[in-house]
Amino acid sequence: MTTRDKILQAVRQNKPESTPLPDLADLARRAHDHFSDDVVHRFGSTLSGIGGQVVPVTSWAEIETYVQQYFTVGKHRIITTLPQLAGVASTVWKSDIVDESVVVVDALGALLPHTLADVELAIITAHFGVAENGSVWVTEPLLGSIQNKPLRAVPFIPQHLAVVLSAEDLVPTMHDAYKRIGSENYTFGVFIAGPSKTADIEQSLVLGAHGPKTMTVFLLD
Amino acid sequence: MTQAHPELAERFNLDEERVNWHDETLWFVRQKRDKAAHTLPEWEDLRETASQIKHNVLGNLDTYLAEFEANALANGVQVHWAADAAEHNRIVLDILRENKVDRMVKSKSMLTEECHLNDYLGEQGIDVIDSDLGERIVQLAGETPSHIVLPCIHWKKEEIGVLFHKYMGTDEGCADPQILTGAARLHLRDTFLTRRVALTGVNFAIAETGEFVVCTNEGNADMGVHLADVHIASMGIEKIIPRREHLGVFLRLLARSATGQPITTYSSHFRQPRAGQTMHLILVDNGRTVQLGREDFRNSLKCIRCGACMNTCPVYRRSGGHSYHSAISGPIGSILAPNLDMKKHADLPFASTLCGSCTNVCPVKIDIHQQLYKWRQVLMQEGEATTAKTVSMQAMNTVLSNHGLYAVSGRIGRTLMRWFPGLVNNKLNPWYKHRNMPEAPKESFGDWYAKNRK
Repeated sequence: MTTRDKILQAVRQNKPESTPLPDLADLARRAHDHFSDDVVHRFGSTLSGIGGQVVPVTSWAEIETYVQQYFTVGKHRIITTLPQLAGVASTVWKSDIVDESVVVVDALGALLPHTLADVELAIITAHFGVAENGSVWVTEPLLGSIQNKPLRAVPFIPQHLAVVLSAEDLVPTMHDAYKRIGSENYTFGVFIAGPSKTADIEQSLVLGAHGPKTMTVFLLD
Repeated sequence: MTQAHPELAERFNLDEERVNWHDETLWFVRQKRDKAAHTLPEWEDLRETASQIKHNVLGNLDTYLAEFEANALANGVQVHWAADAAEHNRIVLDILRENKVDRMVKSKSMLTEECHLNDYLGEQGIDVIDSDLGERIVQLAGETPSHIVLPCIHWKKEEIGVLFHKYMGTDEGCADPQILTGAARLHLRDTFLTRRVALTGVNFAIAETGEFVVCTNEGNADMGVHLADVHIASMGIEKIIPRREHLGVFLRLLARSATGQPITTYSSHFRQPRAGQTMHLILVDNGRTVQLGREDFRNSLKCIRCGACMNTCPVYRRSGGHSYHSAISGPIGSILAPNLDMKKHADLPFASTLCGSCTNVCPVKIDIHQQLYKWRQVLMQEGEATTAKTVSMQAMNTVLSNHGLYAVSGRIGRTLMRWFPGLVNNKLNPWYKHRNMPEAPKESFGDWYAKNRK
């Protein structure tokens, strides 16, 4: 008998009687009611409470101006998946890495995600944001690609992350979030809530653990 | 048992200042949890719902596992099954050998701690680097995590500074968390960029879709796997939940219960491997099916590893995680460990005041303190209690079941305590530590009542 069958048989022998799954509708509705007033304000204050920031904007030009002002455009590598921001960020992700100790090409000559190691800022978009916890939902197609190979590392590897989100795309709670995601067959998806962080040294909060040190959400109205 | 909880806790308590700091720091985390919980009026319903979902899982675990496996396979994930720690470790080694690599980066996985994977791979010549900052610190120090969420909560920043000066070249005497974290960020970035195999744990696995979710704040799990050719994910079989929508319940509870955050920075949902990447998932039993069969203790399998029971526990806070000498420490560890090895962990269910605070904060409503109490009974019956405990229990049984003997013993006890208080107020009596024994009354209540009735 295989290990698989042994484990499943042991489960069958030892499991308790089945109980019904609870209905989530009532819980989800009450949570929704509690968090649905002024989702824009709630999203912003929650995200800033966990180290991120929301910048309300009304046009793409405004985003470009902000990026020009607060990031080192032209000096460091800035990439985006959004053609509207081609003025401040590269939409063709050619590597600037010259360090030969870092392997950036696989056996077939395709570029690896390692080529993004020197990115200062990545600007992407998200499907929606969640007011109760300040997170945004992103799936693989939104993360861009090199030579048609999707790159999941994009929101994790840069020093800074920015996300453009329509102010209409905010849901109150995580229950609403999963209702919206439904049975979509994403390959990889992630809720991102603020910059990477750690408090492992004496519970002192440090922003910028292994992922981005800052997270800016441009809320486009 | 080499050293039991009381001895290890005593050693931890030699440094009173550190104990106070440890105690206060964890209580602070507990308070953050309370604050976060109080922002949700439906918090108690959320806990109850989570508990019910997990209960349904226990009753249908075989079906959900088979459904999960079929979906994961269809998604292109390679699924392995491991009956115990040894089989799990061998599977990991085989994957590494298949890929001809001798080094690996690993994010937080308490299961691999439970399986002692690092030691095993080390013996086989494989270099493993833990990428969670706290885990990296304890790894450099040659220790294991003392807390499942805050692995180096027992370390002071000055000590970490000394460690980093030695291994990462930070300035001597530097103890600034910001600078130390920055040094680790640089050191581990190089690791992420050069490892071809990355191992992660699993927080939740969805039967309906075959996907699994990994939660971190540091981004270390994602940095590891998105830059690696091979992703290995290790999970205990109890991590299954039926449907994707149930994540809404558990992700609302997990971080709020753990650290008071509304959600972890990253909640990554892995459904298919990245183009060109291989993804392995190892389903591990290691005693879980046995625990499932223990009616009184099966609820412990509902645990989502938030650590709330540790942060609130008065014994954990004052004795430190290592005094539990088990990968998972604290109240939940004390009801999980005896299932794995009753003899080795017989002391743990006694490392509690049974105050019930753990049960009150548990996000999936595990009756932790009830189970601690029940384990004590099982351990006494199985003859696993210490000789001192067994002998004193037998003596108590004899005295308490004989009215005359009880009255005589009481009289002798009172007289001795009044005339020779040094007999009980001395270091040989564990109850005397940090306490003054009460002054013994002249007569017992029984005597008083006999005189004063009417």
